[in-house]
Amino acid sequence: MEAIILQILNGLDKGSAYALIALGLTLIFGTLGVVNFAHGALFMIGAFCAVIMQRLLGLSFEMVDETKTDFLGNPLKVQVPYVESWFGPELGGAIINWSVPLGIALAIPVMIVLGFVMERGLIKHFYKRPHADQILVTFGLAIVLQEIIKYFFGANPIQTGAPDMLSGSFDFGTMLGFDPNVIIYPLWRLVYFLFALFIIAGVFAFLQFTTFGMVVRAGMADRETVGLLGIDIDRRFTIMFGLAAAVAGLAGVMYTPILAPNYHMGMDFLVLSFVVVVVGGMGSLPGAVAAGFLLGILQSFASMNEIKSIIPGIDQVIIYLVAIVILLTRPRGLMGRKGVMED
Amino acid sequence: MFGLSAKDTRFLLIVVFLTLATPILLQPFPETSSLAQFNAGYPDLMQKFAIFGIFAIGFNILFGLTGYLSFGHAAFLGVGSYTVVWMYKLLGYNVLPGLVLAVIISALFALLIGFISLRRSGIYFSILTLAFAQMSYNLAYSVLTPITNGETGLQVYSNDPQILMGENSPTSPHLFGLVMRDSVQVDVGGWLFTFNIGYYFCAIIAILAFYISLRIFRSPFGMMLRAIKTNQTRMNYTGLNSRPYTLAAFVISGMYAGLAGGLLASMDPLAGAERMQWTASGEVVLMTILGGAGTLMGPVLGAGFIKYCENIFSKINDGVLHGWFAFMPDGLEDFVIALIHPFVGKGWHLTLGILFMLVVIFLPGGLVEGGQRLARLFRRKRKAGGPSRKDPEHRPNPEPHVAE
Amino acid sequence: MGILEVKGVNKRFGGLQALGDVNLSVKENTVHAIIGPNGAGKSTLLNCLVGKLIPDTGSVMFDGQSVLGRKPHEINQMGISRVFQTPEIFGDLTVLENVLIPCFAKRDGAFRMHAFETVAHEKEIVDRAMHMLDDVNMADKKDMHASSLSRGDKRRLEMAMCLVQEPKLLLLDEPTAGMARADTNNTIDLLKHIKATRDITMAIIEHDMHVVFSLADRITVLAQGTPLVEDVPEKIKGHPKVQEAYLGQAHG
Repeated sequence: MEAIILQILNGLDKGSAYALIALGLTLIFGTLGVVNFAHGALFMIGAFCAVIMQRLLGLSFEMVDETKTDFLGNPLKVQVPYVESWFGPELGGAIINWSVPLGIALAIPVMIVLGFVMERGLIKHFYKRPHADQILVTFGLAIVLQEIIKYFFGANPIQTGAPDMLSGSFDFGTMLGFDPNVIIYPLWRLVYFLFALFIIAGVFAFLQFTTFGMVVRAGMADRETVGLLGIDIDRRFTIMFGLAAAVAGLAGVMYTPILAPNYHMGMDFLVLSFVVVVVGGMGSLPGAVAAGFLLGILQSFASMNEIKSIIPGIDQVIIYLVAIVILLTRPRGLMGRKGVMED
Repeated sequence: MFGLSAKDTRFLLIVVFLTLATPILLQPFPETSSLAQFNAGYPDLMQKFAIFGIFAIGFNILFGLTGYLSFGHAAFLGVGSYTVVWMYKLLGYNVLPGLVLAVIISALFALLIGFISLRRSGIYFSILTLAFAQMSYNLAYSVLTPITNGETGLQVYSNDPQILMGENSPTSPHLFGLVMRDSVQVDVGGWLFTFNIGYYFCAIIAILAFYISLRIFRSPFGMMLRAIKTNQTRMNYTGLNSRPYTLAAFVISGMYAGLAGGLLASMDPLAGAERMQWTASGEVVLMTILGGAGTLMGPVLGAGFIKYCENIFSKINDGVLHGWFAFMPDGLEDFVIALIHPFVGKGWHLTLGILFMLVVIFLPGGLVEGGQRLARLFRRKRKAGGPSRKDPEHRPNPEPHVAE
Repeated sequence: MGILEVKGVNKRFGGLQALGDVNLSVKENTVHAIIGPNGAGKSTLLNCLVGKLIPDTGSVMFDGQSVLGRKPHEINQMGISRVFQTPEIFGDLTVLENVLIPCFAKRDGAFRMHAFETVAHEKEIVDRAMHMLDDVNMADKKDMHASSLSRGDKRRLEMAMCLVQEPKLLLLDEPTAGMARADTNNTIDLLKHIKATRDITMAIIEHDMHVVFSLADRITVLAQGTPLVEDVPEKIKGHPKVQEAYLGQAHG
């Protein structure tokens, strides 16, 4: 029992990331009818927003510290971050320490603008082109984006830690009435999971309760009819693209303490997220979310030693295996609708 | 000749000539000139032209003709390489048994993967092939380590059986004594030409591969594949079962990929899992699109173009740039170099990505279509208004998949 | 005994009875029209004949064999060709290639690995395709891209693709739908020409009464998924039930 709960918990953070990326992919696919291979790159850029924030907050100037001397007896020169000099070492240090969550403030505008530019500048011209062309041009864009990031930030992963307050582990087991030290769970993963739930709920509420969302949902169901009603659906779809980009970016920012960002993390996640979308059912938002968590948890179960000893290597292939089985038995995925991409 | 029309025979002969003369043609600059770094006539690179040409020709039979976009063809490339290295380990360094087996095994793999993946079409097919390739890649790194040697990669060790190795057998890949890495160097004036056995071995196989693809393009079978790309509904209501046609195309292209993988290991007796990664699958898609999917020469041109640029661009560093722009005033020189710097050397992939996007956006028919457009423009200027009916690239299908 | 025998066919979509107990017999070498108001189940019936849909109950026999459960390509190989409402042709291929493909399908069956033959060397088949193109007055367009043809020519090409297979039964799904008067008349002339020059059975689903009455030997009127009457055109024209089904709908 404890082992099962532990594995479910372990699967939640990866599952959350899959769900968030798949959600954005599905939004873009459902509204614009475009298969976006650059979505992983958006996730990656989100993650680098956290890195940029960390660097921005860490910007320092050199100051001579009179109270200390170096080994030659001269007054010691120290680097003092501007933030600390402005807000004092206490508050300033805390701000620097919280750079990952603060990265959100940077990521939202950056991602929305990037999304708008991408849609207006590139994707718009591919609505009427075959899906293969959409895949190829967004694939090219993904390469360009990740190479730009590589140029500025190098090829090595960059450590970005969670705030000290949230970086430890806590004993989740005792809260549920199990023995102590059985279910130890890193605090940040819980934060990430709650954050993902919050975003997902936000997106759904937005689509459910606003007029804008209603039009978009109608557009997802039947684009032509909505177009006939004289509603300017294109402008709304641009905004949807920005929103999907922001969701991917936020998923990236908050993921950095779990996985140190590198320039190709987007591609790694993209491949899996596509599998998630297909398993959930192309064009189904709840399907994407459910499949994201489901596959994350399945993956975590498959990496248990007990299971690996029965079927070696299963942890490496479980997601793909599930996708293959689902595609062959339920071609529309778990919650897919009829007629999506079946021509 | 060879069952081809006169026009195709001429075309094939030109290809044969160009392939055999590559070591000379790609060495246009004397060794001492500052442009010598643009020469491409060295064995390693020429082998890659031929091998990736084969890979792309095969991929084109699937993607160019039927329109099924596979994102997992690198799996067959990897299978081919592993097979050949295993034959080295078990039998000896003669490449022939390994290559034959590589083609057979990759055909079996393709049959299995194709049989399952082709039950779906469109993006679902792409994802299924991607899933299979990623599975192979992950397994090669983990559980299959006894077969693949994991991260280290598979190579020949001195305690391997190599039962066919004689006393005097070469200790590197060879074909009945013709050692692949042997070369003859000819110095003519300032020019240095390298005639490498490995390259000629790959080149002859590549010519054969091209010939087979030419025959397929001109055959009823090839016509059926193009029909599948255009309209599957009509295909079925014309009494044709599209599934075995697509499966046959998938297996053929898988065999080409296996052969290419085998040749990679024939030139350099190593095989690693990274050859199966999906970026490698993406690369062959790129080559085919860049050159022109559905055209005969396009994929070969695309493969050559990408491999050439990869080699040349990634060699250009700041030192080289300073050499080029030395004539400029200092400030301007630094500025120009700073502008170019991100796109060369390690930044070559950035150039590749941009190039790729530009081709997909503006030139969906690839380099071949670009060449044709230029030729048409040129011809129209020469004899104004005259009909331009010639087909310089012998494309079977004058305007394939121009999606507007 | 007709070449096509439909007996007691029912088809339901959820709560909707699309076809209710349809019986139909198409005699050899006749033109049989199936007419009916919108939603009468004409297309559903057609889809049951070509293997796209499988009826819930009943039998569909063609030439003494059941077509039920067979795939479209198998049914075509039995001798049924189909013309679609909007012409289905191979747009990226040339006109000649469009006609060559059915010739190969007729000769070689549903699949053959003829990868090492050359299309241009198949003299007999190329001749037959050219002959067919002559017959529909399209020989001069043989090297054109099929997608660049006019709509009327696309229809003509599709007919040629079906006829070159010498089908025992040609199914036509509203062959003049959405056509201008002149194009419609051309199509009627083409169909008359086909009927006059070869032994062929045709089943036409059609909206346009003008087309139906200029071609059909027998007419079945379908309403709400059930055959109302079946008779020769002269009798159908003044039939009270037919007027009720059509006019009742038109005015109601």
